[in-house]
Amino acid sequence: MKSLCLLMCFSLAMQASAQSTAEPTPARQHELIRLVRQDCGSCHGMTLKGGLGLPLLPDSLRDKPASSLAATVVHGRPGTAMPPWKTILAEGEAEWIVSRLLTGFPKE
Amino acid sequence: MDRVSLIDRVSQGMKNLLVLMLVLLTGCAQQQLRGTGDLGVVIERAAGRIVVVDSSAHATLGTVEGLGDLSHASVVFSRDGRYAYVFGRDGGITKVDLLTQNIARRVVQAGNSIGGAISQDGRLVVAQNYEPGGIKVFDAETLELLADIPSTFGNNGQRSKVVGLADLPGNRFAYALFEAGEIWVADLSDPKHPQLTKYCDIGRQPYDGLVTPDGRYYLAGLFGEDGIALVDLWKPEQGARKILAHYGRGEEKLPVFKMPHLRGWAVAGGRAYLPAVGRHEVLVVDTSTWQEVGRISVKGQPVFVMARPDARQVWVNFAFPDNGWVQVIDTLDNRLIDTLAPGKAVLHLEFTPKGEQVWISARDDNRVMIYDTLTRKPVGELPAQSPSGIFFTSRAGRIGF
Repeated sequence: MKSLCLLMCFSLAMQASAQSTAEPTPARQHELIRLVRQDCGSCHGMTLKGGLGLPLLPDSLRDKPASSLAATVVHGRPGTAMPPWKTILAEGEAEWIVSRLLTGFPKE
Repeated sequence: MDRVSLIDRVSQGMKNLLVLMLVLLTGCAQQQLRGTGDLGVVIERAAGRIVVVDSSAHATLGTVEGLGDLSHASVVFSRDGRYAYVFGRDGGITKVDLLTQNIARRVVQAGNSIGGAISQDGRLVVAQNYEPGGIKVFDAETLELLADIPSTFGNNGQRSKVVGLADLPGNRFAYALFEAGEIWVADLSDPKHPQLTKYCDIGRQPYDGLVTPDGRYYLAGLFGEDGIALVDLWKPEQGARKILAHYGRGEEKLPVFKMPHLRGWAVAGGRAYLPAVGRHEVLVVDTSTWQEVGRISVKGQPVFVMARPDARQVWVNFAFPDNGWVQVIDTLDNRLIDTLAPGKAVLHLEFTPKGEQVWISARDDNRVMIYDTLTRKPVGELPAQSPSGIFFTSRAGRIGF
């Protein structure tokens, strides 16, 4: 039973990396919300209204395409303080975060 | 007046007297005399609340709510150590009475703020703002606005975010302009008529600053390039110069998930210990020559590099994802002597006034851990909700805090 579960977890992980658009699990979503509020919040503010980094509220992101926002999260923006998050976040997770930012980011 | 009503009135009088005595007694109990030298505050950043703590008793005296957005909060203290000025991200300055745990004054003075400082004479409180960019000067007693100094630079009226505000002797303040790449010194000896000295082209994207304990040197760390901008405030005519300009030459920088903080300087035994940006290193600099004399490899990218008050040890915490660790450097031979795991997401540390203990906030474990700095063993802990900054009143007597 334990090995079956492990196998399932493994295949789920494989799916997550293969299908980058897959929705993160609820547990992972919880982690991502905390990461955005607390760690992205270091620069963008916990309320995401901006700080050293730009505001990440829906109004301030509206005219930017989601794909380029997700690319900024994954690869960073050279010449600015925005780091690449690719060692921390999968592409699908960055896309999920951007889609939530555009519609109003959930509270913790 | 008949006899019954007289008795009634006498007994009513007795009751009033009793009530009065009770009020007085309760009042006395609340106003028990005590000093503030071992008090401090812990920021509960998500709740917009501070906890007033007693570092001798390892106890909470009370909490104060309603301080707004404390996601990047900093605190300075009145010189009598009674009031904490709490600067919030939302531009709020709240003057909190530590003895009664009440809000004495509060103003919201900007849209987006990053911190503040208090003048040498304790009469001026200055806020450093991102939006609108600049500094604002307030009467420390009343929080009345005395001066507004926008950080306008270049030719198109653009305003820069202000970082690294530090108080200097002579009621002056030094700070850096992130977008402009400038250091400004504001002389507020006549607060309604500030005199500005500007140092231009000091380097790209200064992200924070510090003043040495003697008030002589102002350092601004650079994010946009390797190095640190330095102004000798005793020889201002020499202008700003760059030190450590090549500390990362030819090496790929690591991603920086959190900006280092320079305030809370680590200047110890003629050396400054500084966080390397984008590297897992603490840089050691000789403060007489400002040349690099060593590097110490550490667990992650340093955020706070803080000297114990006697300067024998330097304690370091780290940026995400290495923010569960704290490391300790012995300044005698610049060697790591300990690696601690105080909890999840260590955001800040603060030494007791003479440094026998250090308080460390572990945000995601909702607690503050207290360590003995000699044995480096935990000696206590206090619960706190998502704690970030810890600030003790001993800061009141120090330049640059």
